[in-house]
Amino acid sequence: MSLAVASSSEAPRARRGAVGWALGLIVPATLALAYEAAFRAGAVQGRLLPPPSVVLATLWSLARSGELATHALATLARVGLGFVFGAGAGVLVGALTGASATARKLLDPTLQALRAVPSLAWVPLFILWFGIFESSKIALIAVGVFFPVYLGVMGAIAGVDRKIVEVGRVFRLGRAELARRILLPAILPDAVIALRSGLGLGFMFVVAAEIMGASEGLGYLLVDGQQLGKADQIAAAIIAFAVLGKLCDAALVIATRPLLRWRDSHARAEEA
Amino acid sequence: MLRLDGLSKTYPNATQALRGVTLEMKEGEIVAFVGGSGCGKTTMLRLVAGLEAASAGSVEIDGEIIREPHPWVGVIFQEPRLLPWLTVAQNIGFGLSALPRAERDARVEEALLRVGLAGYGGRWPRELSGGQAQRVAIVRALVARPKVLLLDEPFSALDAFTRASLHDHLLGLWQARRPTLVLVTHDVEEAVTLADRVIVMQPRPGRVFADLTLDLPRPRDTLAHDFSDAKRRILKALDGSLQAEAQAAATPDTVGAWW
Ligand SMILES: Nc1ncnc2c1ncn2[C@@H]1O[C@H](COP(=O)(O)OP(=O)(O)OP(=O)(O)O)[C@@H](O)[C@H]1O
Ligand SMILES: [Mg+2]
Repeated sequence: MSLAVASSSEAPRARRGAVGWALGLIVPATLALAYEAAFRAGAVQGRLLPPPSVVLATLWSLARSGELATHALATLARVGLGFVFGAGAGVLVGALTGASATARKLLDPTLQALRAVPSLAWVPLFILWFGIFESSKIALIAVGVFFPVYLGVMGAIAGVDRKIVEVGRVFRLGRAELARRILLPAILPDAVIALRSGLGLGFMFVVAAEIMGASEGLGYLLVDGQQLGKADQIAAAIIAFAVLGKLCDAALVIATRPLLRWRDSHARAEEA
Repeated sequence: MLRLDGLSKTYPNATQALRGVTLEMKEGEIVAFVGGSGCGKTTMLRLVAGLEAASAGSVEIDGEIIREPHPWVGVIFQEPRLLPWLTVAQNIGFGLSALPRAERDARVEEALLRVGLAGYGGRWPRELSGGQAQRVAIVRALVARPKVLLLDEPFSALDAFTRASLHDHLLGLWQARRPTLVLVTHDVEEAVTLADRVIVMQPRPGRVFADLTLDLPRPRDTLAHDFSDAKRRILKALDGSLQAEAQAAATPDTVGAWW
């Protein structure tokens, strides 16, 4: 029964998604083609901004030599670790301050103050504490991931409808059961959004961390390209960042989708 | 069986929502509470449900004092309050997690059948109409087999046809195990259709104004003479409660205008 309902609404949604994708491609594809044409016609030199064909060729050779994979994996590992630490802490602390007014009064002002610090300002301190290698980079990424996750989870828990909580009370759920059977599912949609923005910030911060100094990673490709004046390599790295970020976000969405199947199709359509 | 003894509630903002309500309800009795807005009907239900603590007095079921939600007490709210992340069947079985799976499934199936929703078990709550959702809420409370079922204006958001069919469903379900029903309503017709006894409340502070027994045969015939007589009695009592309030508030221009 539930299967029939789910699949009947799934098919048109997938088609609408594909059309949306195609629409979104029109503008960048047109721009790229126009630039390529201008380059071929000799109207632009393409030294500062190489044409798409050159960038793609660079990307291809990086991929063939295996360098792209090495750098992408290095970046991915940093984001992954930073995300696990930052999101883990964000969920825990957010759950605590969301559920308990005392904890909120105690912790939230401090965390808000820390949030006001531009995150790159931590860099010198982290280097001092953790050295210039991986630990300081991961710490920086974790800080970037922490705040949106913390804020999202805290807001979601504090905002759970009292009426729904009362249903749990009427059925005499204990604290743990209330958390598991009512609060957790109720905050899940907001928590997923919080995790996604956390992941987005993770990618922002990995660039900063890798520009600070790294011997591998997509950020290293950026710096290296700048130092050697290879604009095509910079562009290739930027594209790789975009693709990697989008893929990770999509993976997160797909991984959590089975948990959110119950939501209104309106909300789901908006998300696509 | 259900005893309210000097039940009073003063909210932290000093509103005296209920003062000294003493009532005794019999097993299997259907009692309707009517009264103007703000006379403490919801407050009384929440106290009986154990969702709110009394300022004074007590609620007792078969001699046991109720201070927090109790397995013998089921609640149906004005809105269905289904959990949107559970299917219809899972919602109905929500309070039965202590039962073995087979028995839970059997009870849920039977409940769906009884309210004409066989085959709807796999749907999400968002795929139900308002009347269907309220039917699910009713059986969710009933599958736990409470001795007392509290209903706070459960049909007020529904159209007249749906409401009438839900009255039938409710009476059918009630017939099976005969729990005590405590029904808050704004609809005098609904009170006469369902109740054995109608209690008219009076506000500021909330208290009992009149306690009327309806001796009509079931099923009730809305066109019969005794039906309209009963309606008239209740309306008169309601009018009296409003006049008493109006005199207390010294604003005679609103007397009787409410109806
Ligand atoms: N949580 C609360 N805090 C403070 N005052 C409250 C609260 N809930 C209700 N009251 C007040 O208590 C009084 C009784 O409210 P209650 O909701 O019990 O009335 P009611 O009879 O159910 O009214 P209605 O018919 O409009 O639903 C009202 O004056 C109301 O303003
Ligand atoms: Mg009310």
